[in-house]
Amino acid sequence: MAYTQGLYPIVSKTASAKEIYDITVLCPEIARQAQWGQFVHVKAEGFFLRRPISICEADPDKGTIRLVYEVRGEGTKELSKLHEGDLIDIMGPLGKGFTTLSKDSRAIVIGGGIGTPPLMEGAKYYGENATAIIGFRSANAVILEEDYRRTGAKTLLATDDGTKGTHGFVTTLLEQELEAGKPDIIYACGPKPMLKAVAEMAAANGIRCQVSLEERMGCGIGACLVCACKTKRPDGSETHSHVCKDGPVFEAEEVVF
Amino acid sequence: MADLSVKLCGVTLKNPIIAASGTFGFGREYEQMYPLSTLGGISTKGTTLEERAGNPPPRIAETPSGMLNSVGLQNPGVEAFIKHEIPHLRKSDTVIISNIAGSTLEDYCKIVERLDSEDVDMIEVNISCPNVKAGGAAFGTSCESAAAVTKAVRKYTTKPLVIKLSPNVTDIASIAKAVEAEGADAVSLINTLLGMRIDIQTGRPILRNNVGGLSGPAVFPVAVRMVWQVKNAVKIPVIGMGGVAKWQDVIEMMMAGADAVQVGAALFSDPFLPGKLVEGIEKYLDSRSIGSISEIVGTVKPW
Repeated sequence: MAYTQGLYPIVSKTASAKEIYDITVLCPEIARQAQWGQFVHVKAEGFFLRRPISICEADPDKGTIRLVYEVRGEGTKELSKLHEGDLIDIMGPLGKGFTTLSKDSRAIVIGGGIGTPPLMEGAKYYGENATAIIGFRSANAVILEEDYRRTGAKTLLATDDGTKGTHGFVTTLLEQELEAGKPDIIYACGPKPMLKAVAEMAAANGIRCQVSLEERMGCGIGACLVCACKTKRPDGSETHSHVCKDGPVFEAEEVVF
Repeated sequence: MADLSVKLCGVTLKNPIIAASGTFGFGREYEQMYPLSTLGGISTKGTTLEERAGNPPPRIAETPSGMLNSVGLQNPGVEAFIKHEIPHLRKSDTVIISNIAGSTLEDYCKIVERLDSEDVDMIEVNISCPNVKAGGAAFGTSCESAAAVTKAVRKYTTKPLVIKLSPNVTDIASIAKAVEAEGADAVSLINTLLGMRIDIQTGRPILRNNVGGLSGPAVFPVAVRMVWQVKNAVKIPVIGMGGVAKWQDVIEMMMAGADAVQVGAALFSDPFLPGKLVEGIEKYLDSRSIGSISEIVGTVKPW
């Protein structure tokens, strides 16, 4: 694995929803190497630590990557002030992405909130063989709905408050989908309680499931060991893996929620 | 071209830049970005007798110009270090400083004895760990217990022994003198300063361990002051660290009295920093026609 770090130009920027921004960055080295589920480590001017942001889409031909991120604190607020033409300090691609099965496999991608962007390349890959289940707090927080529909994946939407799509959680929609037929694999990214519920449903149905985890991060490459998450070894004993290097994508059965 | 090499307790480093323990693992990750021979030395991830799983997350919190960490010494244990990491590190032309930690005097002695016959260049002893048999106060926070660790481990090795000092003390110079008197070959400082941050939305500390060690540019002036005080108190070499983030910091730390400098937290922002530091100090020396980096050590002219 070779990492790249440098200053790259932002070629477009839009506001996707409340406090959520969508930027495309020209960085051919990263775009060429990126696998879906990987992330980049982004420097916000004036802040000491980099911010991990998942890669939403990578276009090796155009040499661009797309990042969709939410303003969570001061650092991401600073990043939101960058505009088209500005340079952004990015390091990547980092981490272990999702495993891709053959294109004719049936896949469900299930994302909650800001967990929806890293699943986009999966929906594109499986196309009509995929179901994309995406959930948000409210109608004004919905992102990427049209993008998911364009992939050809059957796209189902839920909001917690019922202001758009199905009223309820993504797990309700997942349950209905599983009743209609079992996929070969489920990919999930979102808040931990959602991931736990999805992992349990996948296990109960004997379906392989991969989850993308999040943790406060330091170096981003596996040296400083701060982004620990509890995992199970094959012999059942528990250990700490690290989201940046061992993940962010893990087999759901390895994760101790 | 200026001579960047420095000599620490008989060991020659090609330049004074050392990766600080805990920020660089065993070098495998950064090696994907540049050769480890860029560095004068590597202080490896703090190693204990047995494998440790470390603290639960979150283990990191950002601070103004720095960060807090509470990793809890997660490491694979000394046997795994010897078997897997030393042979790998040895392939690179850089000095290996094996950083070790323990919870009891016996632990420290056993691990130093185990490493004495292994192919590492120096042993750096982290004495900022709680002494579990003495109520949990860190070994490094009193002259007596810092001296006791040094005296105990000294018997088990002929390798250069570096004692890494804790800054969470009232008089670091007296601790440095105490470990020097018990046979330390060098001291390194500063370890992290104990700190805390609280999420005001939840009322919970950000770190799961409640408190953690502060590092980064925020601590740099404290580190410079302590390096200066220690240099004036001891005759053994001093390895300076704490908040170094640019080549000017290396020069400043060396003027304060550091014979070599470790760089840590700043790597998270700029992983390529070591090469930039080496280049920067070389240019500085050349521009002033200083023949050797060692010439600037301790040259601060106090008022």
